[in-house]
Amino acid sequence: MNSTLNRQIANALIWALLLTMPYWIGFVGGYTSLASRVVVLALAAMSLNFLLGFTGVLSFGHAAYFGIGAYGVGMTIKYLAPSTPLGILVGMGVAAAAAAIIGTLIVRLRSVYFAMVTIAFGQVFYFIAYRWNAVTGGDDGLSGWRTLPLDFGIGKLDIAGQPLTFYYFVLALFAVAVGIMALLLRSPFGRTLLAIRENERRARFLGIPVEQHIWMSWLISCVFVSLAGTLYALLNNFADPHDLRWDQSGDFVIMAVLGGMRSFWGPLIGAAIFVVLQDYISSQTENWMSFIGLFFVLIVLFFPRGVVGLLRRKAAS
Amino acid sequence: MTQLILFNVFNGLIIGAFYALMALGLSMILNLSGVINFAHGGFLAIGAYLAYSLTPYIGFWGALAVAPILTAIIGLLVERVLIRRLYGRDPLYSLLLTFGLAFMIEDGTRYLWGPETLPFTIPDWLASPLSSDFFFLTGYRVFMVVLVLVTVGALFLVLNRTRLGIRIRAGSDDLETVSVLGVNVRILRNLNFGLGIYLAGLAGVLAAGMLGLQPTIGNELIMPSFVAIIVGGLGSLPGTLLGGLLIGVASGVTAVFFPSASEAVIYVMMGLVLLIRPRGLLGEEGRVL
Repeated sequence: MNSTLNRQIANALIWALLLTMPYWIGFVGGYTSLASRVVVLALAAMSLNFLLGFTGVLSFGHAAYFGIGAYGVGMTIKYLAPSTPLGILVGMGVAAAAAAIIGTLIVRLRSVYFAMVTIAFGQVFYFIAYRWNAVTGGDDGLSGWRTLPLDFGIGKLDIAGQPLTFYYFVLALFAVAVGIMALLLRSPFGRTLLAIRENERRARFLGIPVEQHIWMSWLISCVFVSLAGTLYALLNNFADPHDLRWDQSGDFVIMAVLGGMRSFWGPLIGAAIFVVLQDYISSQTENWMSFIGLFFVLIVLFFPRGVVGLLRRKAAS
Repeated sequence: MTQLILFNVFNGLIIGAFYALMALGLSMILNLSGVINFAHGGFLAIGAYLAYSLTPYIGFWGALAVAPILTAIIGLLVERVLIRRLYGRDPLYSLLLTFGLAFMIEDGTRYLWGPETLPFTIPDWLASPLSSDFFFLTGYRVFMVVLVLVTVGALFLVLNRTRLGIRIRAGSDDLETVSVLGVNVRILRNLNFGLGIYLAGLAGVLAAGMLGLQPTIGNELIMPSFVAIIVGGLGSLPGTLLGGLLIGVASGVTAVFFPSASEAVIYVMMGLVLLIRPRGLLGEEGRVL
């Protein structure tokens, strides 16, 4: 009883902080676009964690689907039709198709091998974006398009003009995506995923079709990551081949670990810390890569349970 | 046309030899310790840059002999100080740690030696073509292929004939039993890691002679090495060797007909292998699940 109450208080607190973030982030040295970036990358990290933390499957190639989302929305607006919602849907659809195909190839692999194959497959999309110069802009990225106002028939909402409007647009989609994931995790399907994480062999003996469940979890995770990718491109009015690369995948994983993989909100905290820190370090020094690398090493050695893990342990003792 | 295809097949073989050298080291570490060493490309760069700095003092041959050994010593230290702590924990952590290391090494080499491409001089007689008909067949390229073959031969000799090698192979199959039989597993894993890093360092020196030096020199080789391991078969070193050469030649031949797909083709091969034969060409049954 007490723990559910605590959880409700924590939920309320998190939503209150998210809803008011543009108004207080200035006091801690941030700006509204940074707040949007935190929310977008938090969505990516939380989607990854659906697979990583709640199904126990180690994917290191989620940047590919993030990037497909980003290029999907950019290319739709640039070449197909001038509509932001259509672009988001196309980005998510293409990512879902790619994830469905690759998912069938990899569901039988486990742990390090799963990680290795997901990284390697991720590179295919990087090479496509990098090499297909005429369409994707190659190394320079996809520019020459911009986020278009939402057209509701009765009136238009210009989400791109004001960073504040865009923040709430992002937050609304974040809420929908995160809500769906939370509901899924509470459903029998989500409980089955937890069972697979805890003991795959036992789950298999109970007659659970493990491969199908992992495939579904992978697909859900990839689709929500691609939503984050579309929002990231809309935020920047730009799609970067770097969005697809393996170092981006590593960033998502470290966000999830830093916040706490075993917790639903953990990756949000991890993403917030990571984004703010990266923003700060890259403005201070040219050797930011060393610092980010060192950051990875230190987290693994001294902080493997993440922020939420640490808080829980404190609360328990 | 024949010459063009021959040129690209040979080119692919050289690239494949690099992939194989990298992938063998990665595969050894993965099999015995369950660690994907993301920093393997970084160690390759360390080998290359050490050779660059040593050449003025001890010449090309001296550097070729010494730089990989120094790289291996760095590898032994890294295993001893950092990676050893993560054995037996979720493989996620060793992945993240070596990932961070890769960042630090890349940035470190950039800081120490600068971001520009540095030339790496090889002996004149190695740099000239062997015959005018086959202009692409420079002595250095032939030398590289031969050296890789000799190294791989020596590696398999070590693994099959020496006590250390037999223990490494036994440990890759069943580490617990090997430990119970009185082998010091900590030292075994340490030496195994060093051996893998030695191969990366050697690949680095050779790559420097062909491509010149850049802090990112290892990055282009690490992903294909993963593919080589998967195509060749998990847990099988001969498979890794075969996989490396195969994807090298495949990307070389693709470069003739469809140059922009020369990188993507190896991933298509990986997809096909996973679809038709998930354990890889020479992989052992049951490694996958």
